[in-house]
Amino acid sequence: MAKVFEKPTSFYSNFERKTAGSKKSTHYCPGCGHGNVHKMIAEALEDLGLAERSVFVSPVGCSVFGYYYFNSGNFQSAHGRAAAVATAVKRTNPDSIVMSYQGDGDLAAIGTAETIHTANRGENITVFFINNAIYGMTGGQMAPTTMIGQRSTTTPGGRTEVDHGNPIKVCEMLATLPAPTFITRVGLGNSKQIMQTRKAIRKALKIQAEGKGYSFVEILAPCPTGWKMDPPDARDHLLSTMEDIFPLGVYKDTSEDVTEDHWKRVSLPFDVNKRHEYLQAMKTPLDLEPVELKQDLNCKFAGFGGQGILTLGLFLAQVGMKAGHQVSWFPAYGPEMRGGTANCSVNICKDRIGAPTVEHPNVLVAMNQPSVEMFEDEVVDGGWVFLDSGICTGTASADRLKVTAIPAAEMADAVGTPKVANVVMLGAICAATGTFEPDYVKDTLRVIVRKKELLEMNLAAFDAGWEFVKNG
Amino acid sequence: MARQFMKGNDAIILGALAAGCRSYYGYPITPASEIAHAAALHFPALGGVFIQAESEIAAINMVYGTAGMGIRTMTASSSPGFSLKQEGLSYIAGAELPCVVVNIVRGGPGLGNIAPEQADYFQITKGGGHGNYRLVALAPNGAQEMCDLTMLAFDLADKYRTPACIMADGITGQMMEVVDIPEPKTVPYDHTSWCARGDSETRMNLISSIFLEPEDLEQHNLKLDKKYQQITAAETRYEEYRTDDADLIVVAYGVVSRIVYSTIDQAREEGLKVGLLRPITVWPFPSEPIRKLADSAKSFLAVELSTGQMIEDVKLAVEGRCPVHFYGRSGGMVPGGREILEQYRAILAGGTH
Repeated sequence: MAKVFEKPTSFYSNFERKTAGSKKSTHYCPGCGHGNVHKMIAEALEDLGLAERSVFVSPVGCSVFGYYYFNSGNFQSAHGRAAAVATAVKRTNPDSIVMSYQGDGDLAAIGTAETIHTANRGENITVFFINNAIYGMTGGQMAPTTMIGQRSTTTPGGRTEVDHGNPIKVCEMLATLPAPTFITRVGLGNSKQIMQTRKAIRKALKIQAEGKGYSFVEILAPCPTGWKMDPPDARDHLLSTMEDIFPLGVYKDTSEDVTEDHWKRVSLPFDVNKRHEYLQAMKTPLDLEPVELKQDLNCKFAGFGGQGILTLGLFLAQVGMKAGHQVSWFPAYGPEMRGGTANCSVNICKDRIGAPTVEHPNVLVAMNQPSVEMFEDEVVDGGWVFLDSGICTGTASADRLKVTAIPAAEMADAVGTPKVANVVMLGAICAATGTFEPDYVKDTLRVIVRKKELLEMNLAAFDAGWEFVKNG
Repeated sequence: MARQFMKGNDAIILGALAAGCRSYYGYPITPASEIAHAAALHFPALGGVFIQAESEIAAINMVYGTAGMGIRTMTASSSPGFSLKQEGLSYIAGAELPCVVVNIVRGGPGLGNIAPEQADYFQITKGGGHGNYRLVALAPNGAQEMCDLTMLAFDLADKYRTPACIMADGITGQMMEVVDIPEPKTVPYDHTSWCARGDSETRMNLISSIFLEPEDLEQHNLKLDKKYQQITAAETRYEEYRTDDADLIVVAYGVVSRIVYSTIDQAREEGLKVGLLRPITVWPFPSEPIRKLADSAKSFLAVELSTGQMIEDVKLAVEGRCPVHFYGRSGGMVPGGREILEQYRAILAGGTH
């Protein structure tokens, strides 16, 4: 029988982390519910053999000092975020036993989003919700669970529906979600209720230990200080008033139906060799085949969204990469990617690339007239301009630029699909600038074209663009 | 050497995986979302954790959780989302937890736009959240550095038990360049003495930023301050280009440093003796090299994607010994080389800006 009087090892016998007052007594007020619940949790951890791997996440509120008492791994978390912290701890170490211990303001006001989404993900943790219908720590303000008519320092005339809203019923809300396994509301109003609370705490922790998912125990608790009552009156008040608004009972329990470890996630140590293999497999499948670069290419490719402008840039950049040069590709990103005009900048350079945005291109591909007008004045003297002669009406800069008007879209149609008009342009660029030989580029396309059913058409389009420039 | 042609945003996750980061918690936001996409693809495939959190706030507090276990973890966002993370960062700094946070800075204030800016400089380098703390802040200017500096950020975070930040801009995040795939590392730090992993070895440990007694909190603040001084002494990183004989020193970081770099040789051809100092760490700021350059240079020019933030640090370093000019664009406007060159010409002709 001696065991009954021993403190469980999951509860410190001396509260050495306390900075003020006795190391033997808690910091809670007389008649407060936290002390009872702490002890019941500690006993459950001990009895269920979970203490060694337990982690207690304290909130902001009166139980902010949970770590004074629990001989477990302890996290003190930001206001309302205990469930998010608990989520991460559990996901990172699925064998840990993680408790998020929160009051009504923390859990049901500032932390409502975390509460709901943690439950909705079915995190395999246990949430203890101490509902005393008041902000205790900050001085007796209205809580989300404060009852209609209840006076607080911020509802001096009593809470009203119209001015302050109704008390939030968390168990009822969470019970609408499919993922949670166990949702119950218990109380500390009398010894019978306390025994039920003890049972609920054990059940919730057992569910977690078995990998059966999210468990939530709401505990109606007295706050004599906040309620401005003596402890016996506070207990009576809990029984006579709180229970009407917050009925006790089990709101959800699927623990018999859920299989063990159904909600246990996987988290593995990161093996360095496995990561090496994984990262190596991410490499672009282009072996280096150096080609001398006659001159740097600073390209601007522009046209309508959907004309393959960005892809043209990616293709040319990867050819440059294979050839061993410095390359960059930068899209004008944002709304223009979604249906309007698109443009991208590509640099292929011998040396380190400065600005990835090409201000003064020496290669401009314009696949619509607005693009011609937007960029032709920026092209350096003697630069190459390629415009789709079937779409664009022309350039005003022909005297200072090398202009190739090429019916790219029509030529692409002729090889099978208008989608490869961009590759017609690629052929034209390579031919006009003399940078890359056809076989070299086509070998590259064979590797980098993702839609293999379009590969032959891509190759034909390249040849068509090349031939157009070389032979007219 | 295996290479990949990839976006700067993706290179961050490449670096994170190589560094042994095991989890990613994030919330979608343009122009940082590719980071979450890559994390969602790669972390679970390796047995790691990816959670799309319900909010930026939840995400940073999840980071707090895993960081408190002494295990490498990260989050990424863009400016408005980064603002939401400030409280969490303050807790992380206060509890001395190592982690990496990424901010792909976009146009502000408010909802602003998704175009590149550097106007979160104050927020990142001066604190951002409440209390006495600093973020180690690295400012990559290309895809390779997005990878390499992310790896470095994890090391610095672990070495000093402090949050480290990657401060990049929308261009550096969105552009693709060739990246050498790094060799993965085993994490060379053992945090068993302080972390809480939910096992018997770490059962006695507490992760907390609360120091109820003023005497204790002051001591804690002094300890943090000492750490920040150590970081400043040992970890300040920067790059110089043609500064030796320069009359005008341009200070620029991130994508702006690339644009400035492309103007330096051109300026020299015109006979303008211009050099570039690029902060790689924006905190700690390379004040000492700037102070030294102020002995020989005639003037400084800060170029930023903001209406003037880093220039304050340049001025503090120069200590009034020569003029510090400013040229900035904001709202997503990016200066061209031509307009920057005009600044050099005007300044070296005796003009002021």
